[in-house]
Order: sequence, then C-alpha cells, then structure tokens
Amino acid sequence: MFADYSWSELGSIFAMQGFAGLVLFSVFVLMALGLAIIFGQMGVINMAHGEFMILGAYVTYLTTNVVEAVVPGLMPVSFFVAMVLAFFAAGALGMLVEMGMIRFLYKRPLDTLLATWGLSLILQQTYRTIFGAREVGVTLPDWMMGSLPLTDIIEIPINGLIVMAITLAITLAVAFIMFRSRFGAQVRAVVQNRAMAGAVGIDTERVDRLTFGLGCGIAGIAGSAFTMIGSTGPSSGQLYIVDTFLVVVFGGATSLIGTVASAFTISQAQSTMEFFLSGSMAKVLTLLTVVGILMLRPQGLFVLKVRR
Amino acid sequence: MSTPTDFLLAVEALTVSFDGFKAVDDLSFYVDPGEIRVIIGPNGAGKTTALDLICGKTRATSGSIKFRGKELTEMKEHQIVHAGVGRKFQNPTIYEDLSVFENLEVSFPRGRSVFGALAFKRDAEVRERIAEIAEMIFLENHLDERAEYLSHGQKQWLEIGMLLIQDPELLMLDEPVAGMSVSERIKTAELLHRIIEGRSVIVIEHDMKFVEDIAHKVTVLHQGKVISEGPMAHVQADPKVVEVYLGH
Amino acid sequence: MTAFLNSPKKTELIGFVLLAAVILLVLPGITDAFRLNMVGKYLTYAFVAVGLVLCWGSAGILSLGQGIFFGLGGYCMAMFLKLEASTPEATSIQSTPGIPDFMDWNQITALPAFWEPFHSFAFTILAVVAVPAILAFVIGFAMFTRRVGGVYFAIITQAIAAILTILIIGQQGYTGGVNGITDLRTLNGWDIRTDSAKTILYFVNAALLLGVIGLSMAVRSSKLGRILVALRDKEDRVRFSGYDVAAFKIFVFCFAAAISGIGGAMFTLQVGFMSPTFVGIVPSIEMVIFCAVGGRHSLIGAVYGTLLVNFGKTTFSESFPELWLFAMGGLFIAVVMAFPNGLAGLYKSHAEPLLERFFAKAGERRVGSAEAPAPIAE
Repeated sequence: MFADYSWSELGSIFAMQGFAGLVLFSVFVLMALGLAIIFGQMGVINMAHGEFMILGAYVTYLTTNVVEAVVPGLMPVSFFVAMVLAFFAAGALGMLVEMGMIRFLYKRPLDTLLATWGLSLILQQTYRTIFGAREVGVTLPDWMMGSLPLTDIIEIPINGLIVMAITLAITLAVAFIMFRSRFGAQVRAVVQNRAMAGAVGIDTERVDRLTFGLGCGIAGIAGSAFTMIGSTGPSSGQLYIVDTFLVVVFGGATSLIGTVASAFTISQAQSTMEFFLSGSMAKVLTLLTVVGILMLRPQGLFVLKVRR
Repeated sequence: MSTPTDFLLAVEALTVSFDGFKAVDDLSFYVDPGEIRVIIGPNGAGKTTALDLICGKTRATSGSIKFRGKELTEMKEHQIVHAGVGRKFQNPTIYEDLSVFENLEVSFPRGRSVFGALAFKRDAEVRERIAEIAEMIFLENHLDERAEYLSHGQKQWLEIGMLLIQDPELLMLDEPVAGMSVSERIKTAELLHRIIEGRSVIVIEHDMKFVEDIAHKVTVLHQGKVISEGPMAHVQADPKVVEVYLGH
Repeated sequence: MTAFLNSPKKTELIGFVLLAAVILLVLPGITDAFRLNMVGKYLTYAFVAVGLVLCWGSAGILSLGQGIFFGLGGYCMAMFLKLEASTPEATSIQSTPGIPDFMDWNQITALPAFWEPFHSFAFTILAVVAVPAILAFVIGFAMFTRRVGGVYFAIITQAIAAILTILIIGQQGYTGGVNGITDLRTLNGWDIRTDSAKTILYFVNAALLLGVIGLSMAVRSSKLGRILVALRDKEDRVRFSGYDVAAFKIFVFCFAAAISGIGGAMFTLQVGFMSPTFVGIVPSIEMVIFCAVGGRHSLIGAVYGTLLVNFGKTTFSESFPELWLFAMGGLFIAVVMAFPNGLAGLYKSHAEPLLERFFAKAGERRVGSAEAPAPIAE
C-alpha cells in the first residue's frame, strides 16, 4: 500500500494524519476529562455525558448567532464568550441532575447507568424539538478559518490548533483544580473515605454536586470546541459516548495522566489506520484492540496497585 | 515436637508488598493439627492480610504456605476451600436475599461445579445436616427467615455455620465476637469450644479475656512480622509485646 | 426488595399458566393476522428479556450488549434463508448467479467460506444457539476470570455491540451492510411470507418462549439459581465456600446468549429480514428496559414488560412520534427511581394483597363464621 507514494509524500501523509490525530486526540481528551472526573472520582457512569457536550455545542451555536445579529463587532471573541456560557450552562444542568436523580443512586451504579441513558433520550428529543433534526454549524470568526502552510504539501488548519490550545489549557486547569486546590483535596478525600471526610467537616453532598457539575461543565466546553471542527445534531453525542468511555476505562479511570495518554493512543491509532483502511475498519480495529487489552488488563493502563 | 511434615499448616518466609509497603514481611509460623492459634496485634499489623494470603484472597509476593504438604500459594480460592481451609470474614458475610436454610444449603459441599449445582437435589442428607448445623448455631427456629432480618450476632453465627457445614480441617475466624452483645459473646465462646474439636483454628481477636479462654498458642504480629509467639502467659510477659501495645 | 425471589413455586406456576393462556389463546383471539405477527415480533425480544432476568436480575451481571446475541442468532437464520432464496435460477440475472444479491452488487464472485455451512438446516439450527453461546463464552471467560464486573462489564459489552454493528455495516459484501439480509422467502421450501405461515410461526415462537421460560424457571429453582443470587450479593463468600465463581457467571451469560439467539432466529423467520438495527447499542439497552419494566427478577414479568413497552412504542410512534423518546427516557428514569421491581413488583405490592383480601373474605363466607379475623396484609 505504500508503493504509490514517494518518501517525502509518505512523510507528509504521516504528518498530516498525525495532526488530524492530534485534533481528534484533543477532542477525546476534552470529552474524557469530564467523564474521568465523574466516573473516576465518583464512580458514576453518566450515559448522558454526550448530551451535555451537545448542550455546550448548541449554546455556542446560539451565542455566535446572537452576537452576529446584535453586536457583529464582537464576532472575533464570540467564540470564547460562548465557551464560558457553555461551561456554565452544562455545569448548571449537571448540578440539577445530580440533585434530582444521581444522588439517590450512588449505591446502585448499574441503575445510574440506565437512568442517565433515559436522561440522554429526553435531552436528545428536547434538542430535536428546539433546534430541529438537522445538524447545525457554527459560523467561526474569519481569523479562525484557513490554515498555516508549513511546507508546500503540509498545511496546518488554524481551528485545529485552537482546539489543541483549548485542550491544553483545560487539562492544566483540571489538573490544578484536582491536585492543587482545596476543592480538589476535598474531592479526593470524599472519594477515599466518605464517612471520614464528612466527619472532618467536609460537606460531602456539596462536593458531590460540584464535582458532577464540574464534569458536566467540561463536557460543555468539549462540545463548544467540537463545533469548530464539525457540525452538531441532536444525536451527535451518542456517537461518541462509547469511545469516550473506552478512553477513560483504558486510561485507568482514576488517573488523569492515564486518561490523556489513552486518548492519545486511541486517537493516533485510529487516524493513522484510517488512511490505509476504510474508516469503519479502522474504528473496528481500534476498538477491538482496546477491548482486547482491557480484557487482559481490566484495571486499565495506569493504575496504582493497592490493597483491596 | 513435630517434624515439619506433621504440621497442618506451615507458613514460611511469607511476604506481600503493596507498592513497596510490606503488609506482611517474612512471616513464618506453624499450626499443629487440632491446635487453636490466636493471632493478635495492633491495627495494621497484617493480621487480616495474613488470613487473606492463606485463603488465596491476596497473592503472596514471595514465600510459601503449605497445608498438609500442599502448596496453597499456587491454588485458586475455591481449590483452597476444597483442600479443607474455611474462612470467616470480619464483617458478617452472608447472603441477605436468601433464607437461613438456603444460606446453609448454598454452602453445603456437594454440587460445587456448574452442572453439579444444576443437578443438586435437596435430599434427606442435606436436610439433616442443615438441621444439625442450625441447632449448633442457635438458629434452628429461624431456618425460613430471610438472612437480612437476623441480628448482627445471629449473622456472625450463620457465617460460622456456613463454614461448619463444609467441615474444614482448618478454620480461620476474623474477629468472631466483634460487635456482639455480652450474652451473644458467651454463646459464641460456647459455640467455638464445641466446633474446634477435631480441627485446627486460627482466630484473630482483640478481646483478651476471650483469647485467654480459648488459645493454645498466641502469635503476636507487628508491622507484618512475628514479634512473639507461645502460650498466652509467655506472650503477656514478653517486653517486646508490652512495648508494642503500650507505645514507644 | 427481592422478596418474590423466594416465593413459593406455586404462584410462579400459576403465573406461567396465565402467561401461556395470554400468548396462546387471548392474543391470537383478539388480533388480526397483521397484529399477531407484530406481537410475535415483540415476543422474540422477550427471549432476550428472559435471559436478562437470569443474568442481571439473578446474578447481577448487566450486559448492555444482548443485541449482539439476538443479532447473531438472527443472522445465522437469515444466512440460511438467503442461501435458499439465492438459487442459480432465481439469481440468473446476476453476474455471478447462485450467490446472495448483495454480494453480487458488491463485486463478490464466490460465496465466502463462512457462508458455506449455512446451506445445511441442521447446522443453522445448531449455529443459532451455538454461535451466540460461543461468543458469550469467549467474552465471559476473558472478563469473569479476571473479575471484571459491574459497570466495566456493561461498558465493554456495549463496546462490543458497537464494534459488531460497525463491522456488519462496513463489510456489506459479506453481511448485506446497513440494509441487512433481506428478501427472505422460504424455509426448506415452505413460503414464510403467507398469513398462514406467519400464524404457524407465531405459535412455534410462543411455544419456544414458554419452553425457554420453563427451562429458566428450572435453572432458577436449582441450587445454581441460589448460587447466582448469592454471588450477586457476596461474591467473595461464594468463592470462599468453594465455588469457581467465574464458571457460574460464564454459564449464566452463555445461557442468556443462547436463548437470545433463539429469539433472533425467530425474529428473522417472522419478520423476513435481519439487519444491524437490532444488534447495536440502542436496541441492546432497550432490551434491558423491557426486562426492567417487567421486573428484573421476574421471568414472567419480562414477557409482559416487553409486550407493554413495544405496544407503547408502536402506539406512540404512530400517533405522536415526537413524544416517544420522552416517554422512553421517562420510563428508564421511572423504572430505576420509582419502580425498581417493575410490573412484577407492582403486582406483588398492590394486586396480591387485594387478591389475598378477596380470597380471605370468600373463604370466610364459605366457612360461615368469623373465628379468626381475615389476614389482611399490612
């Protein structure tokens, strides 16, 4: 399959596919981060995670439309305004869901899975009712379009670069919140010993609610970033939920670095194979490999050996 | 004195480490047939881990555990049970959704394979044995009750009963009287005295009165190591034990 | 919470007889041929739901990939029927006559090797049960011997359902792709498209379903059934009572897979095609809700749950397609938060006390005295 290409062309192909892989990786990381917080820290499977993401995408769509119509002068920064709104909208909905549903189900993880699936159906239909069944695209400000020519064959799309920059920023922020802030310490305390954390004066219910909200908010940001590279439909979220879960589980659920590393592995494998195989076979092979490895090493790639 | 082959259980140089932390460190001890051994030690001494290692719940990093000459460290949990080792957990571990009778029936040592369990018949032998055990554990009037509704002490007895019905040669009990009322404690001591006949028992217990009452020999663990071993009087007089319990 | 698990066998038998009456007499009596065929289709999903009662209800193993096994059973049957429909005479206009039409459209010129055995009806019947069971064994062996369970198992089975769907759609030359295997006509020369054939197939299906439920009841009332409940509750205790826990989980997972395969095959026969729509994530999780609505611990309830949800789906999507997803979503949430034991639980808590009171009063009247007050349930 390599015979038709010269070496320099092959090099460029790998570079371009590699970059496409990096963009996919960024989106995976953004989606998986929220899930890793909720699943890894709270043990809750949120099947509606994709729908929280789509909420972020629709908020971005609405915001840019409003800005375009009312204050066109703000268009260059509209995207960042939208992203902040997406975070708060998805986070607020997440906290409501935690209060109304999740908190009653902490001891029944399998039931949480079914209930959040129900929630995802309701959200999907809500989106369909409000925004219609067709996919919508967000108008990007001019400076985000186009690409940077690196060599005469290799071109780097700017929107891809921005997605990567956002991912880096959010990942660092999450790492800071979870490992350097007081809130992060409280979250980890609650995870390790809920009764003890409560006894030393941590409001465990509030921590749960905020953690869940934070995870959902990050999903909202992911959705917002996603609009830069693709369009959004009511059921787009469902397409990614399995991949995202595999990323989190493969990375070892509780490990942030593991999540990032596994997102990297899976996205690179998929986008590189995609060039040589059909898209669907690349996906099948990637998923099969991940599932195969998980069967051999169910605790995921990055996990501490602890006394159980 | 017995030679190594006479021991029912020979634990030698047993070590397990969790990410560098050695919960059990070069542990060796020997249990004779018919002996009651009590393991004591402060929290975190590795007592429960030692039982976990013997019954296969935790895998040893190095060392050997020989039960009647058979190496246990290479066997799966259910094979260790088949070899004759029974284990009671610290918290009462019973099947809440099943009746007392069914709890005992599930523990009955016949029909342990998938198809054996499908073909299992609740015959006279099963009923008689369950009735016999139920009487021994003071639950003969509760056979049809859901195990969920038993008191804490009754649950502990039920779990002991579930082990007894298997008639293990070595019985390991992790804090069998913890959380029991005074009257339940007395009944449990009586129960233990009856069931230890004809088998070896390893007990983890904090209640010194209880220990004094039943122990043939006491092993004191501290930080994963044996610091003293022998009859109760000997151990109580050992300055190292006193130091560990009274602090530095 | 699971009180009816240990209920006396008598009530279960009465339930079984009532169910048999409903699906063998009442439903065929009140519906026309078209609707009966639809009921028959729903009942094929009930095979999956019954399997889930054993797997999820009894043993606590939630698989979100039961569509895999339903689909595999269905595809096995569809492959046999398709080969029968693709005689060289019937396909003489193709560039390669004698192979299924979709293969010809995809420039495949010879029948793939894995299709060959499906010329044999006996092999097909075996494969309908064996293929799902073998795949379940492989998955179960890999997962359960490594103690993977709970949500991890659910996610992995879901991923496998996704993989299989993508694979079927991607390899359309071998599988018929997104359209599935369609245009099935005869079973050993017997035209399955006629009304009479469909009615006969309905009864065959109903009888198979009742047989499967009977078999499942036997499994549940054996010691194995109690071991499953025991390991759902305290897996370690079962292990340290001398059982190879993984073997029991593998068994029940394979059993559920095999009966799902039968359901899939009966689906193909009654509906006349099989497609990836019945394999993937969405149908698989919907099958879980059929089981949950019926009551995850009740074999009989699973059938009623399946029928109820599917009637609801058909009615809703005919008249208010918009509302259906809301209703379905609400159902998932309600059945988890408010009715964890589903219809069977409601029957137990509401209908049974009424019946008891009724019978108690009737009994009193018969005896003609009121020595003891009627045992009114609290």
